[in-house]
Amino acid sequence: MSDLLLEVGTEEIPARLIPGARRDLERTFRDALKAADIHEGARVAVEATPRRLALIAENLPERQADRTLTFSGPTRQVAFDADGNPTRAALGFARKAGVPVEALEFGADGKLRADRTISGRPTDELLAESLPAVVLGVRFPRSMYWTGRNGPKFIRPIRWLVALLDGEAIRFEVGGVTSGNLTWGHRRLSSGPLAVSGPEDYRMVLRDNAVLLSAEERGRKIETESKALLPPGHRIRANARLLETLVNETELPTAVLGTFDPDYLSLPEEVLETVMLVHQKYFVVENDAGKMTNSFVAVANTRSDESGEIRRGHERVLRARFNDARFFWQFDQRTSLAERVAELRDVTFQASIGSYWDKTQSNLKAAADLSESLGLDDGTARAAMRAVELAKCDLTTEMVGEFPELQGKIGGLYAAAQSESGDVADAIYDHYLPVGASGPIPRSAAGRVASMADKLSTLGGMFGLGLIPTGSKDPLALRRAAFAVIRIVIEGGLPLDLDRLVEVSGARSHADQLRGFLLDRLRHWLQDSGGFSQDVVQAVLAASDRVPVDALARAKALANVRATPDFEALAVSFKRIRNILEHAGGAGRAHGEEPDTALLDPGAETGLHEAVEWVAGKVAAANANRDYTTSLREIAELRPALDRYFDDVLVMADDEAVRRNRLAFLARLLDKLSTIADFAVIAPESAGKRR
Amino acid sequence: MLARKGLTSAPHSERRLPLRTASQTPVLTFQDIVIRLKNYWARQGCIVQEPFDCEVGAGTMCPETFLRVLGPDPYSVVYVQPSRRPADGRYGENPNRLYKHMQLQVILKPAPEDVVELYLRSLEEIGIDLSRHDCKLEEDNWESPTLGAWGVGWQVMLDGLEITQFTYFQQCGGLDLEVVPAELTYGLERLAAFIQNVESVYDIQWNDRWTYADVRMADEEQYSTYNFEEADVDFVWREFELHEAECQRLLDAYRERREGIARNRFPLLAAFDQTLKCSHLFNTLQARGAISVTERAQVIQRVRNLAVGVADSWIHQQAGIAEAAR
Repeated sequence: MSDLLLEVGTEEIPARLIPGARRDLERTFRDALKAADIHEGARVAVEATPRRLALIAENLPERQADRTLTFSGPTRQVAFDADGNPTRAALGFARKAGVPVEALEFGADGKLRADRTISGRPTDELLAESLPAVVLGVRFPRSMYWTGRNGPKFIRPIRWLVALLDGEAIRFEVGGVTSGNLTWGHRRLSSGPLAVSGPEDYRMVLRDNAVLLSAEERGRKIETESKALLPPGHRIRANARLLETLVNETELPTAVLGTFDPDYLSLPEEVLETVMLVHQKYFVVENDAGKMTNSFVAVANTRSDESGEIRRGHERVLRARFNDARFFWQFDQRTSLAERVAELRDVTFQASIGSYWDKTQSNLKAAADLSESLGLDDGTARAAMRAVELAKCDLTTEMVGEFPELQGKIGGLYAAAQSESGDVADAIYDHYLPVGASGPIPRSAAGRVASMADKLSTLGGMFGLGLIPTGSKDPLALRRAAFAVIRIVIEGGLPLDLDRLVEVSGARSHADQLRGFLLDRLRHWLQDSGGFSQDVVQAVLAASDRVPVDALARAKALANVRATPDFEALAVSFKRIRNILEHAGGAGRAHGEEPDTALLDPGAETGLHEAVEWVAGKVAAANANRDYTTSLREIAELRPALDRYFDDVLVMADDEAVRRNRLAFLARLLDKLSTIADFAVIAPESAGKRR
Repeated sequence: MLARKGLTSAPHSERRLPLRTASQTPVLTFQDIVIRLKNYWARQGCIVQEPFDCEVGAGTMCPETFLRVLGPDPYSVVYVQPSRRPADGRYGENPNRLYKHMQLQVILKPAPEDVVELYLRSLEEIGIDLSRHDCKLEEDNWESPTLGAWGVGWQVMLDGLEITQFTYFQQCGGLDLEVVPAELTYGLERLAAFIQNVESVYDIQWNDRWTYADVRMADEEQYSTYNFEEADVDFVWREFELHEAECQRLLDAYRERREGIARNRFPLLAAFDQTLKCSHLFNTLQARGAISVTERAQVIQRVRNLAVGVADSWIHQQAGIAEAAR
């Protein structure tokens, strides 16, 4: 069995692309093994640093297995003449099969047959052929060429290649670089090309030359060292994303502890944290209580900081950044948010809709409508309106100019500093929430109104212009906006219906599309966030898709009771009723005919009628309390009556009057009892379904 | 609009003795850094050019970069380019933000295989011992969509401070470049402040006797005042339109020239000057608060139209000249 080491030495690969490149190199390599039929039993691992992608494969076969090719030829009569001499046909066949004519045999079918053994090729030869494509097959979002227009493309220039199979170099070439056994260490803590003999030796040579190949080890080093640097009671604020970035930006990470003047802690944590995490890639240090301290941890790509120069350098940069932030804060306070409203006329929101001032006007209208629909008390409604009026004003501040990712939050902080009420400040702070499928929704009623008003008026404006997302094209992130609205409505338990949301959006046209767009997000929420199976969602929305929170309550109830045997049988009966009615061309139901109780069969039909009336009364009472689980349990009680009905009663009776009456009776039954869910669409419960 | 900003740094009037590092060797002055970097790149075969004599916002916009990267011919050059960004002025009161800063620009076409090493050695040339510092190359790509120009590269971070932009140009005018150049842009003030360990760029020793503030403070104060307060908006607009018209006239005239010497000698370089003038005047108007947001996109488009026009014609003219030489 053979071991392979493949190293692609590059200039610095962007940290964010390294995890994907590792996976992709493994994929292209495995594909190549498979294509060459040398993949059985192979163990493959890929490691990476900013300057190298290293693939180590173990347990490779030394060569391909031999293959036997069987050829089938002419029959005996055609292959040999009367004297037993081979004919031209036999000679031709022997040539084609690559065996001497004397070695020809006849198979069971009486035809000439020849077996030829093809020896498997050695693995090194196969790899030499396939490795260039393995390397260049790694996909990157934006690759470059470096040897000229017709040269190979990769994420950054390839500067060396190591390829060793059991210590022997495999030779191939990519972009003028020939593979061999020479690698390079850390850019500044090592010099010269370094000869390596195989995977184990390679790791050690790199370690001796200030490169830790394992990302996991680099991560551990950062964490352990950070801990060791900090006084008891302090810890770095965990941030997996930052850690991954730093791991992929360093070959020999070293944690460096720095401090800053505690005076800066009077600036909002949001600003300090953004500077440290996002701009400078430093870990925030917090105390036991989770409060930010005036320390930070930077991660350097070198062995140590004995002289303290690195620490001083990072402290100096941070000081300058914090100074800027403090200056922005002070400068921005000279003009209050309220005084900035007019300046929004100069900030474009969207070319066809206008400025942020125009946008704010639409938001105010939407917020007023929402407050009214929700019946907010005067104080809350006023806070919501004030928040919406000021929400976009931070776009004109220096602070947001410098830290655009903090828009909204800065507005909230400034509002609080400018003596707006806490409710107004919080609502501004939260009005971009929720972000994504799991981030929190705004904390307060006013914040929810402000957020929904902003998103709904954007949706209304865009749909009104016919700018409706299609396929993967959604440059204005309207799906995200609509999903955020649905999340606030559902998770905030707001009794708003979709038609009202569309009205609030102010869409001048395409209202139906907007309603469908919101409904799609509701469906998406119920399935992905709510965890309801597709048929439950479909059944519930088929009964009514108007009120999202009500759809959620019905979905919960349905998921609860659907697995009971009575309920499944009931669903089957409802499906049967549906089929009968459809078959009958909607007779009865379509005409809205009231069934005539006098015409009912005195046995099972009257029994069902009475049961339905009894149950319907109880269902109506339970529904009024949104106690849909009780309603569904009541409906499930109908099972014996329904079973008897179908056993004893022929719906499609010969007598037309009776038949019409029975159809009308069933249609009414279906109407009365399908207010929670359309049971007919519920598939029988099967294994693996959610809830 | 930005009014006078309140941040102040230490007074700049007092004369200072040359700074000393811990080891008591005199620290490199601003001009030492420039001279050493120029010498270093000269030894790598670069032409040492002088700054381009029009106002530009970045060394990339100079013909020595913008036009030289086009086409197949090798070219290597180093020059310092004073880069003017009217909106970044702070009346000399912010320790790190300047109306005019100095870029040291290096173009290596084609980029040599050891270009990153060459660059890192240039830092050692100016006294930075990289084994004692944290040096990272962080992804930073450059793109100018309407010019159809982009490149990939890094910002070079030294102990958390961005000191250089490193770009491999890939496309110009929507065409893949035949030869891939590397562009290195050093931010000289940041580098010098780092090397001299001072908090404000104004405290940088320009030479043993004078500080950066002594040399440049008047520029910062006066141009901030001009750009934010005094520039005559109507005049600057008229100037913009005159330069735009002249550039457009030249581009139209070039297209009408037949082949031959009249075409090969046609002053596209002069047309490019006009483009740069427009770009700078636009920046001035922007700083002055004279361009509304809706106008802004349109004016940018007008400048880009000129730049694209020059680049296209330049490629065409160079091909004609090469043809004639054969």
